[in-house]
Formats: sequence, C-alpha cells, structure tokens
Amino acid sequence: MLHFILTVILLSPLFGSIAAGLFGRKIGRRGAHSATIFSVVVSTVLSAYVFFEYVFNGAEVYNAALYTWMVSDGIRFEIGFLVDSLTATMMLVVTFVSLMVHIYTIGYMDHDEDYDHSNAYYQRFFSYLSLFTFSMLSLVMANNFLQLFFGWEAVGLVSYLLIGFYMKRESAITANLKAFLVNRVGDFGFILGIAMVFVYFNTLDYQEFFDRLAEHEHTMMSFIPGLEWSVITVMVILLFIGAMGKSAQMPLHVWLPESMEGPTPISALIHAATMVTAGIFMVARLSPAYEMSEAALAFILVVGALTAFMMGLLGIIQNDIKRVVAYSTLSQLGYMTAALGASAYAASMFHVLTHAFFKALLFLAAGSVIIAMHHIQDIRQMGGLKRHMPVTYWAVLLGSLALIGFPGFSGFFSKDSILLAVNQTDSWGSSFAYTLLLMGVFVTAFYSFRMFFLVFHGEESDYVKSHKIHESPKVVTVPLILLAIPSVVLGWFMIEPVLSGRYFADAITVLPSHDVLANIYATQFDNVLGFIMHGFMTLPVWLALAGVALAWLFYMKRPDIPAWIQSKCTRANYVLENAYGFDRFNDIVFVKGSLRLGRFFWRSIDMRVIDTGMVNGTVRRVSDMATMFRESQTGYMYHYAFVMIFGLLGLLIWALW
Amino acid sequence: MSLGYPILSTLIWLPIIAGLIVLFAGRNNPGFAKWFSLGAAVLTFILSLPLYVAFDTTTSAMQFVERVSWIPQYNIEYFLGVDGLSMPLVLLTTFTQVLVIASAWTVIKDRVEQYMGAFMIMQGLMIGVFTALDSILFYVFWEALLIPMFIVIGKWGGPKRVYATLKFFLYTFLGSVFMLVAFLYLFFQSGSFSILDFHAMPIGMTAQILIFLAFLIAFAVKIPMFPVHTWLPDAHVEAPTAGSVVLAAIMLKMGGYGFVRFSLPITPDASMTLDWLIIGLSLIAIVYIAFVALIQTDMKKLVAYSSIAHMGFVTLGIFLVYSIVSKTGDVQGAALGMEGAMVQMISHGFISGAMFLAIGVLYDRMHTREIGAYGGVVNTMPWFGFFAVLFAMANAGLPGTSGFVGEFMVILSAFKANVWFGVLAATTLIVGAAYTLWMIKRVIFGSVANEEVAKLQDLNRREFAIMATLAFVIILLGVWPNPLLEVMHSSVDNLLIQATTSKL
Repeated sequence: MLHFILTVILLSPLFGSIAAGLFGRKIGRRGAHSATIFSVVVSTVLSAYVFFEYVFNGAEVYNAALYTWMVSDGIRFEIGFLVDSLTATMMLVVTFVSLMVHIYTIGYMDHDEDYDHSNAYYQRFFSYLSLFTFSMLSLVMANNFLQLFFGWEAVGLVSYLLIGFYMKRESAITANLKAFLVNRVGDFGFILGIAMVFVYFNTLDYQEFFDRLAEHEHTMMSFIPGLEWSVITVMVILLFIGAMGKSAQMPLHVWLPESMEGPTPISALIHAATMVTAGIFMVARLSPAYEMSEAALAFILVVGALTAFMMGLLGIIQNDIKRVVAYSTLSQLGYMTAALGASAYAASMFHVLTHAFFKALLFLAAGSVIIAMHHIQDIRQMGGLKRHMPVTYWAVLLGSLALIGFPGFSGFFSKDSILLAVNQTDSWGSSFAYTLLLMGVFVTAFYSFRMFFLVFHGEESDYVKSHKIHESPKVVTVPLILLAIPSVVLGWFMIEPVLSGRYFADAITVLPSHDVLANIYATQFDNVLGFIMHGFMTLPVWLALAGVALAWLFYMKRPDIPAWIQSKCTRANYVLENAYGFDRFNDIVFVKGSLRLGRFFWRSIDMRVIDTGMVNGTVRRVSDMATMFRESQTGYMYHYAFVMIFGLLGLLIWALW
Repeated sequence: MSLGYPILSTLIWLPIIAGLIVLFAGRNNPGFAKWFSLGAAVLTFILSLPLYVAFDTTTSAMQFVERVSWIPQYNIEYFLGVDGLSMPLVLLTTFTQVLVIASAWTVIKDRVEQYMGAFMIMQGLMIGVFTALDSILFYVFWEALLIPMFIVIGKWGGPKRVYATLKFFLYTFLGSVFMLVAFLYLFFQSGSFSILDFHAMPIGMTAQILIFLAFLIAFAVKIPMFPVHTWLPDAHVEAPTAGSVVLAAIMLKMGGYGFVRFSLPITPDASMTLDWLIIGLSLIAIVYIAFVALIQTDMKKLVAYSSIAHMGFVTLGIFLVYSIVSKTGDVQGAALGMEGAMVQMISHGFISGAMFLAIGVLYDRMHTREIGAYGGVVNTMPWFGFFAVLFAMANAGLPGTSGFVGEFMVILSAFKANVWFGVLAATTLIVGAAYTLWMIKRVIFGSVANEEVAKLQDLNRREFAIMATLAFVIILLGVWPNPLLEVMHSSVDNLLIQATTSKL
C-alpha cells in the first residue's frame, strides 16, 4: 500500500506536466492549471499522510525498488524509494511549496509582456513547474545514487528551461546556459564521486553502501604518485563538489544571482526553497559517509562559512529586489552548509525547512511587489508601498524577521542551532567559521531591512505617486498567508526534536564524538521558551537587532551616510560591485580560454597538421589523377568511373593473391 | 536460436532487391520510388523484430545461423549469424532506415529513384556487415557499401562534394585494404575464412601485432578515431541529410563493431599489449575533439565532431578490460565498460540521427547550416524547438535519455581502470554540454534574428512523426535500458573471456 502511495506521489506531477506540456493548446489555460494543480494536490495530500506516518507515528524505514533500470556486470541498478523521516519531511516541503507556487502562478503569469496571448507560454510554465516537482521528488525519494543523479540533473534541466523562460531575452538565455554549465562543473565532481562509490563498494544502493562503509575506513588511494589519500575523504569531497554546484557554494555560486532572470515563482520554488537545497539534502542523506572524514567536514564548514558571509555582503549593494533575495539565499545556503560541516546535519535540515518557507514567502512577496510595480524591480524606484499593499507588507515583514533570526520566529531556532553547533564543534577552522557566521548575522539583518525600508517605508517615489499601485489578487496573497504561518511558528514545534536528535534519528548518523547538537540539548536547552529567552542573552540576536537599527538609520534617517561611505570606500565598492571578480575570472580563463584552445586545436592540428600535411597531399595527387581520368571520359560521371577503377583494382589484388 | 525461414538473408536481400526494383522501375515515377522504398523499409523493420523476440539471451553462440558454401576452392562461405553484439545493431539499422526514407520525402526532387535505390541497397549491405560470419563475405559487404555512399554524397551533396567524397573514399578504402591482407594471412594459417575459426586459432605475438594494427587502421578510420577523423566532418557537411544520418547512425558503428568482432577475439594478446594506444586515442577524441566542436560555426560540423567525441566512449569502453584486469586481478567492472560501449553505439545511432535530421529540417527551409544565420527559431517553430532541446540534452548526456546510459557506464568502468581515465572521460559532462547547448542557445533561443527565421514554418506531420519517434526511443532507452542490456550479457561475458585468454 505504501509502495503504491509513494508511486502515486512521484508520478502524479509527471502526468500533470505531460498534460499541460504536450496537450496545452487543447486543454487551454484553465485545463492546464487545473490538471497540474490537481496532480500536485494529490502529491501534497499523500505526502502529508506519509509525513504524519513517519514523523509522528515513527513508521519503519521503507526501502524498496520500483523497477530494475538495468543489470550490468552482475550489479542491479534500480529505481526505488528510501523513505524515512528525512525523505518524508522533504517530500512534504517540496509538494507544499510547489502547490503554493502553482496557485500563485495563476495570478503571476496571467499577463506577460514577453508573450502575446496566443502563445501557450502559460501552459508551458505550469508544465515545467510540475515537471520540476516530479524531478525533485525523484531526487529526495531515491534509494540509490543513480536515481539521485537522475533527479539531480532533471531539476537542473527544468531550472535551465525556467531561467530561460523569457527566451527572447539575451540575458535570460545567457543566464540559463551559464547555470547549466556551472552546475555541470559540479556534476563533474559528483559523477566521479559516484564512480568511486561504484569502484570501491560495487553498488550504487544507499543501504548497501552504508553497510560496507566500514570496510574502507582505512583504505587509501593514490592518483598522484607519492601522495596518498583516504578513499572516503576523496569520495565525499567529490560528491560535495556536486553539492557546491547545486547549492551554489563558492566558487560555483556564480549562476544563482543570474538565475533571477527567470519568472519570480520559479525563483521562489527552485532557486530558493527546494532545488538549491538538494546539495544540503544529499550530504545529510549520506551522513554516515561524511561522518567518517574529518577533513571533508572541515572543508565543508569553511566553504559554507565563507559563502554565508561573502555572499551576504553582496546583498547590501543590490538594488534589484530579486537580487537582494537571491544573495540572501546564497548566504543562507552557506549557513546550511556550514552546519553540515559541524556535523549538525539535523540543524542544517531544520534550516532547509524554515528557509524553504520564509524564503519562498519573501520571493513570492517580492513577486507581488513586482506585479504591483508593473515589472519594475529596482527598489530605489519603490518606497511607501506599505499603504498600498498591506498583505504583502506583512508577508515581507514576517519573512524578514524569520530570515534575520528574530527570537520566536522559525529562522531564529534553525539559525541559532547552527550558530551554537558551529561554536561547539572543535573541527579545524571552526573558530574562523564561527566568526564569519556571526558577522553574517549582522549583514543579513542589515540588507534585509535595507530592502524592507526602501520598499515599504519612507517617501513614495515618483513612480509610485504617478501610478495606481494596488494589492495583488487573492491567488497571490493566499499563498503568501499560507506560507507565512509556518515561517512564524514552525520552529516552536521542531526545535526540541531536532536538537535532541529524535526527529531524524532513523535517517541521519552522527558519531557520538561529533554530536554537537546532543551536547547543546543536554547543556543549553530546557524548553522552547527558555531557548528563546536564552537567545536574548547571546550575541547573534543583538547583532541582528543592530543590523536592523543600522539599516533604519542609514536608509530612513540619514540616507546621506551610505552615500558618503560609498564615495569614500571606492575600492571596496568596486570589489563588491563586481562580486569579487568571479565572473570576470571565469570569463577570461574558462570561456575565452576554452574557445582559444578549441581554435588552436582545430586550426593548427586538425587543419594544418592532419589535413594539409597528411591528407591533402595524398588527396591532391589522387585528385590530379581524377582530372586525368575525367578528360579521358566522355561523360561527366567521372566519379562513378573512379569507383569502378578502384573496385576493379581491389578485385584484381584479391584474384592475384 | 533459429526461425523457420532464413531471417538474416531476408533482411539483407529484401532491401537490396527492393532497391534494384526502385532503381529500374522507378524512373520517371518518383511517387512509386518513394512509396515502394518506404513500404520495403517498413516491411524490413517489421521482419527484423523476430530477431529480438526470438533471441535466446542465455547463450553467446551465434543465432539464426545460415551457412552454405559459396566459393569452395577457397573455402569461402555464405555464413550469417548474430549474437548479442550484432543483433541490436541490425535492429538499429532497420529502424533508422524507415526514418531515413521518410526524411528525404520532399527534399529530393532530382532522380528520386536513384536516391531511394541507393539507400535501400545500402541498408541491405549494412545488415550484411553486421551479420556476416565469413570474413570475405564481410569484406564484400564492407567495401560494397562505399559505392552507394560515394554516389549519394557525390551526386546529392553540397558544393565541395568532390573533395569530400574523395577524402571519404580514400580514407576508408585504404583502411580496409589492410584488413583484407589480415584476412588473407589468417586464411593461409587456418584454411578457413570463417570469423569463428579465426577466433579459435592460436597466433604468435608478432603476427597478432601486425594483424591488430591492420584491423586498427580499418576500424579507426570508420569510427573515426583521432588522427584519422578529418574525413568525417567534411563528408557530413557535404552529404545530404539522409546520408549524414546513415553515416553517423550506422556506418560509424561498423568500426566499433569491428573491434569487438575481430580485434579483441582474434588478437587478444596484441590488444592487451597495445590497449594504451586505443585508450590514449579515445581520450584524445573525448577531450580534444570536444574543444574543436566548441568553436565550429557550421551546425553539421559541430555535430560531426561531437560524434567523434561520443564514439571515443565506444573505443574507450571496449579496451578498458586490460587495465582493469591488470589493476584488480579480475574482470569485474570490465563488462560494465564493454556493455556501456555497446549501449553508447546504439544510443549514438538514435541521437546523432536525430541531430542530423533536426539540422536537415532547418536546412530544408533556410538552405544554410551556419549557426550565425539563425537565432530565435523557437519563436516560429515551437515544436521543432522542443525536439531540438530534447535531442541536445540527450547529446549532452542528460540522465533519462539514452545518451546518459552508455557514458555513465563507461565513466564508471574507466574510473575503475584508472582514476585519470575516469577524470578525462567525465570532462564530457562539461564540454559536451557546452558545445551542444551553446549551439542551441544561438540557433533556437533568442529573439527572431532575421526575416527568413520569421518566415519559418513549424514541423509538418511527416517531420513531426520522425522527430517524435526518435524522441520516444531516446527517452525509453534512457528510462529503461535493461531490455537492450539483457540481450548483450552472454555475448559480452564470452567476449571478455576471449579477450583475456591468451592465444600464444
């Protein structure tokens, strides 16, 4: 029965997608959004049931094959399900956020400047949304690396299609190509990691892989003569490189800001709530392997902390409302990654969940602002919108409070768990990471409320004064309200089970010596209220409040101060404006370098050495002969004759032998 | 396994006879030539299905065998049969043929009967290559194939067709002469031309090396491998669409097939000694050729180079076995690479065929293959855009398409043989996606680039049917490759035993 339910959960959005995608014109707009929304409702309701069974009733871990993809070399490659509390939670988050985004899209995509009404763009968009839901579900429900990779690439494909949804815009189709290729750089590491799993464990099945992990605890490998590495360390770092691509960790983060070229609903669903957390999920899923390599964990911790801080800084100088939220996503992904590095997988997944809700909320609210502003995204042209759009205003306020970790909001619990965990861990680089993350808290609050004040408070801009700005329709505001609820309250219910380790007990493995969360639970946690009160006595909350206050001072009270700073610190501003120069470096070294290399190979080796040198010498001689033959023939079918001569020659050789 | 009738002979001679009928009876009657060819191609495809259905997957022995004496003085036989290595290639041929005939429906206006006749005859000969078990019979089919292809490119080809045909012909012809010499040597040693007898006979090391090199020249040209690959882009660019499809989808596979049918089983010791050469050239094909593909401005050239890179996976997968055995002491992991190579051949048949057909669709409308002449095609041809992106993703090895399966298997196996083989092979994930999707970006996406693009008509029913059929097969094989792999296991296991058993 469970098997059947899981199959329906997985396949239902796929059918919705096919209906809207291939038959979109026949069933029309209504048909397309009804079909896809129905298919996602089915998945959501059934996922809620599965969630209830696993998280509240503690059902047995379910691990079974759906079908055999192939058998080769005596190894079965299967497609199947591994369902435990981790999977069940992700399933519910993915389907629920997806459902909200589906509903919201009815309002958001109703009119579009890029397409006229005869174009079936609307149906296509719904088809992609459902296809994404299917892909993401197959990723989180996988019980093996093959299916994980399938889901991994499939979400990448849909992301590619959706970033480039406005396919007439050069910026959109450049951004989607970049996103796909940067992700492929991560996948390069990822597939090598999978290859290592295959080579050393002879299976791609998670459970068999976990069972055999101990055999290779001390196995060493050497791929550069003279240097020996632990197999497990190399393997998990390669897999993590895949996560760096998908979850946009430095230096593979460059695609995410540009992914904002896509329509806002998908920025919320794919590039904030779900797909970008796939890397985090993967590491948590493979926690038994990551636990065995302290070196890999330290690496992950430092990468995450650097991303959290450096990307947050970039959020401060963005003026595009979506880009502010995008950099904030990058920064929050850094927090999640850092938590993984501190072995606080549960805290990291906790942040994935709270972030999914409050970031989807923020993105959809930003989209609501964009609708109201008639697709103007520059926050300097906004201001004073509070009066015009009260629901959106409250949505952004609640989302931002959750984001900065204001005590009592969901983000407070998850982020505080991460900070406490990183503070507690004694891994290499942990104090450096902790410092970065602390500074990140201040930065987060600053850029979030900078945007909040500029958009909703202060003077109305000329544009706002001269245009009629009104609140978005119900299909837009209802999802906002539904997302705001978990953004506020989720933490209250989850903090205790997460810290105690009870929540993900059947899914996540942590070595006792690494188990910082258990330590926190034992020493610093009495009850939820106590945890909140405790928050007020620690640095992060005050840093966050200081960030809010400073944003208020800079952008409400004394707008001359930031302008003055900007004019004084030109160098720092230059660095930030260019996002640390990653794009320029990649362009010069990788893009231009590859093209130059290709041109060299083609012109110098293929054409000059091989063709001109070796081949055409021969061909020219034969060609001369052909001309001779042609002259001796009456017709113009010289090449027929040429074939016959060669054929005859061949026969002759054969006969004479 | 055998049926009540000579199925392999039927599959060879039915298209050839149909081709001759078309050639003579179809003059001045293009309608007849087209419908008759299509009918014959469909019939051949249907008749080839029993090969799969009745195939015995438990044995590596040759099935559906037909064996009669042909030239008794030299012990030359008319000897046909298939195993798990050749049967899928026969089906690929009969399947592709239907699409090839359909693709030329309205484009070819000049001497339709000759065009159709040439393709029908070619089909019979290609099936002959994959089913012949007598080396002279094999050689006859192999060489005879050059003639219709030569005519197709030379007559219906582009402006530089003479150069291209000469290059194509000389390369392949010179290559195969060495193969013939090898066959004759083997005949004098064994007194038989049977390929199966060649498999069983002991051969000294020097002779093995020479035979291996002779085979290598023939097969490397066909595949083609670096550095004898430069004929392929030229031939593709000049060939008409259907010619490119046959060339890429099937003819290139004859080289890969040659390695598994001849090189590994006949000269296992030489293969072991020289495997580094093949692996090196394969990795060059994968890495170097991918960069060359990146900068092409002609769509057909780009796909032609991409074919070479993808065929690099075939040769890599086939020759991984020796490194794996010498590193780990047993063949575990080698079958994955070998089967990956076979899957890659079939998959590449579909994907490269689809890519060339897609380019043909554009060429028929705009008469140019220059990437720069296009832009924003999806605005006027939405269905075409859909298929083009799908095929491009398959070409970039996206999981869920057939393009992923073979590459994945070969990368895994290569990593087992040597970490660096795996690393270099995996670069295709990045560069392969780069050249394919960059082309898609410039051709398919964007705003309408010029007035010609604005006037484009979307796929008609015939084109839609061709594209949809290929899309279906590509996805089916990607989602469920097991039916294809099932038929290979016994033959691949047997091949690995042959390849690792010394003949000295």
